[in-house]
Amino acid sequence: MSNFFNKSDLTRQDADKIVSETLNNCDDGELYLEESKSESILLDDNKIKSSNYSSDLGFGFRAISNDVVAYSYSNEISKDSLKNSSENLKSTLKSIKGTYNHEIPKSNKKFYKDINPIEQKTLDSKLEVLNKVNDFLRKKDGSVKQVTASFAGEQKSIEIIRSGGEALTDVRPLIRFNVSVMLEKNGRKETGVYGIGGRQSYDDYLKNDNWKNVCEEAFRIASVNLESKPAPAGEMKVVLGPGWPAILIHEAIGHGLEGDFNRKKTSAFHDLMGEKVASEGVTIVDDGTIDNRRGSLTIDDEGTPTERTVLIENGILKNFMQDRHNARLMNTRSTGSGRRENYRHVVLPRMRNTMMLSGNQTQDEMIKSVDKGIFAVSFGGGQVDITSGKFVFNCTEAYEINNGKIGFPIKGATLIGDGPSILKEVSMVGNDMMLDPGIGTCGKAGQGVPVGVAQPSILIDKMTVGGTKL
Amino acid sequence: MVKDQEFLKSKASYCLDLAKEMGATDASVTVGHSVSETVNFRNKSLEASDRSDGLALSIETYLGKRRSSISSSNLLDENIKTLIEKCFETTKITPEDEFNSLPDKNLLAKQISNLNLYDETRFENDKKIKYLKDLEESASTDNQIINTESSFTENKSNFILANSDGFCDGYKTSSFAASCVTVAKDENSMERDYEFSSKRHLSDIKQAIDLGNKAAKQTIRKLSPKKIGSQKISIIFDKRISKGMLSAFASAISASAIARGTSFLKDKIDQQVFANSINVIDKPDIIKGMGSQNFDSEGVNSNTLQLIENGILKNYLVDTYNGKKLNLKSNGRSGGTTNLYFEKGNISYKDLIKKNSRSLYITETIGHGSNLVTGDYSVGATGFLVEDGEFKYPVNEITIAGNFKDMFKNIILANDLEFEYSVNSPTMMIEGMTVAGK
Repeated sequence: MSNFFNKSDLTRQDADKIVSETLNNCDDGELYLEESKSESILLDDNKIKSSNYSSDLGFGFRAISNDVVAYSYSNEISKDSLKNSSENLKSTLKSIKGTYNHEIPKSNKKFYKDINPIEQKTLDSKLEVLNKVNDFLRKKDGSVKQVTASFAGEQKSIEIIRSGGEALTDVRPLIRFNVSVMLEKNGRKETGVYGIGGRQSYDDYLKNDNWKNVCEEAFRIASVNLESKPAPAGEMKVVLGPGWPAILIHEAIGHGLEGDFNRKKTSAFHDLMGEKVASEGVTIVDDGTIDNRRGSLTIDDEGTPTERTVLIENGILKNFMQDRHNARLMNTRSTGSGRRENYRHVVLPRMRNTMMLSGNQTQDEMIKSVDKGIFAVSFGGGQVDITSGKFVFNCTEAYEINNGKIGFPIKGATLIGDGPSILKEVSMVGNDMMLDPGIGTCGKAGQGVPVGVAQPSILIDKMTVGGTKL
Repeated sequence: MVKDQEFLKSKASYCLDLAKEMGATDASVTVGHSVSETVNFRNKSLEASDRSDGLALSIETYLGKRRSSISSSNLLDENIKTLIEKCFETTKITPEDEFNSLPDKNLLAKQISNLNLYDETRFENDKKIKYLKDLEESASTDNQIINTESSFTENKSNFILANSDGFCDGYKTSSFAASCVTVAKDENSMERDYEFSSKRHLSDIKQAIDLGNKAAKQTIRKLSPKKIGSQKISIIFDKRISKGMLSAFASAISASAIARGTSFLKDKIDQQVFANSINVIDKPDIIKGMGSQNFDSEGVNSNTLQLIENGILKNYLVDTYNGKKLNLKSNGRSGGTTNLYFEKGNISYKDLIKKNSRSLYITETIGHGSNLVTGDYSVGATGFLVEDGEFKYPVNEITIAGNFKDMFKNIILANDLEFEYSVNSPTMMIEGMTVAGK
């Protein structure tokens, strides 16, 4: 746990006093203190290309009255600096008065351990794994022309001080291990990428030579793509594999169910609460409470314990994801979804681990039912236009389906759909729900936060596939 | 106020001295300070204010051919000392890499010319509020506009780059940026669009009224879109999309992608990669330019580079490390391009949009559909169907796809180039791409 008050002339008493005095006439707000330590080690082109260590320390001070948010941050934790921020907040909110809401739910549950993953594995042994990855892949096959492997580790300690002196703390470990391989055969080049991670130590993920499985998977994806043919273009049936393809759910539905867009009525979902937005059998939750997952949080960045929020239950829209600010303005409660990239950024309602739950059909049944369509197994990334509801994602491993059988692999293509209607096109939900391997980062308003996704195999009756073959 | 040169220089030399003292054979350090103030408006009233004040430090230490780096926002001497110790300890056990080195001394920038990148004008928050009020008033005149969000950001930055070969320089820059996002609604649809202006000097920022009007107009015209059938059609890229094509090209010719062999433009120097008529230039010394610089992130002097001459690839973007790998001298592009642009074409915008009886005019793309290894391109798109030079109706929920290798050879550029951003392109047409729709 970081002690933020032994670093300068600012004592906890000073901080409490300045916070309480600043937020006295406001509806909400807090002082957010953060210290993070992070490392990244990269092997590329047969060499350790970079090893970087970074430490960051700072505070973000927020005051809210009515619907106006004033924010000020600095990476100098001192009495002067906090006072300056306080003056800045007061000057923005000078004409708006509020009543501070002291209530914040409590929980003793923790979803990860207070560890610093960087210190739990020596640099030497990290370098050793990276070199093994390089040798393993280059020896594996003559078509391997490039190997990139990396470790990224972080420990973030936060403390939230609310008006009246209440303090909430959390220590968050996070790691990621990634392998990318490029193959070249008959003049064609293709890349395969795979990674794993979460909120445990490196060795929890690397035990039993698990790095080999990561290599094999990256190699397998690249090999499949070497044989790929141009993707079809047009509307057709799409079978999605389990796990990571749930970024479809994240893009198509998730962002549109974040509180801010609905309060502002700019989301295509804002007037659909209680209505049928998905086929029967489709249930989607956003869960911050799964042990050690990349998107899990013990408390969110406003201090609210996270929870498992049901967004869509059996096709019906049940809840939006809320931070305190949007919840207050919409007369509801925070779902523990208030997150920020770091102290430089304001809190926004964000996703944690977004999951579609299992149904009772099999992937086999889905594929057999398709005359002409595609089977998408892995994706690169996605994006959504919240207002029009249109979203895309890019296939990194996909196959043609012809007459109920899986055919040739197809080249990376973008799939596009309409968020509010896509889940009504889901005609089968598989019994094989799987979590993603722990690699997702979600971007919103210039802020990246770690997230998770999960889903079973699903069959979508109609989606537009953005290939080149007419 | 943003910290002055003296303060940053003293921190930089403290770091270099310490690294040397610990036994580093070489070191380089960047110290920067940046102060920003943003005001946000929504539906004609104040929504948020945001002040940020951030110091940043990054250090690389060398022991012969071994190198590692650290970065931090905490500039207290004691913290710096701990970090440099850690950095140097890491350097000692990091394997040697023969290409690791500081830049060649004779390539370092010798003199700094004044590119007028700093405007000391303070635009107080009250003035930002007045600007945003005017902007949102003008954005809200049509009753189909149901939401407006806008912001004004003022930024002042200063930095010093120093290395153990004696380089020590830096300069202040400023930027002012106004943006407006509007949402329009009719009985069939809800659509969003935007407009923004970003400049080094306050006096060059677009008028609030013009910005608001334009955002609203661009949003309203997108209402009640249709989906079109899958087909081959000639595609016209609005300037805000065509400049993205240039950015993809720049990534594909970075020395890092070339040295790693992960670019579809590897080994294409002196070969035709664009249509004959195309010239691409990267010019670092444009006065007040958003991408202008006196030297790159390693201190290497950067001169104007002709990247594409009559369609032929003439230069990669070279930094010291990857340059040594490729046996090329750094051309001052560590950190990428500066002010990158296509030279304007010969045809007017008007003639370009009626060149074909039917074409698709793209105003927005979504997704990360550029594969720089293979050149494959596939993105979601929004735009308008154009017939005989006239915008017929808005189109959405389609994708456009092709391969950069073919697309680059079929580019036709209009003559409407303007220098608004750090990457600039005229309106662009590419024939023979595939649209996937109904």
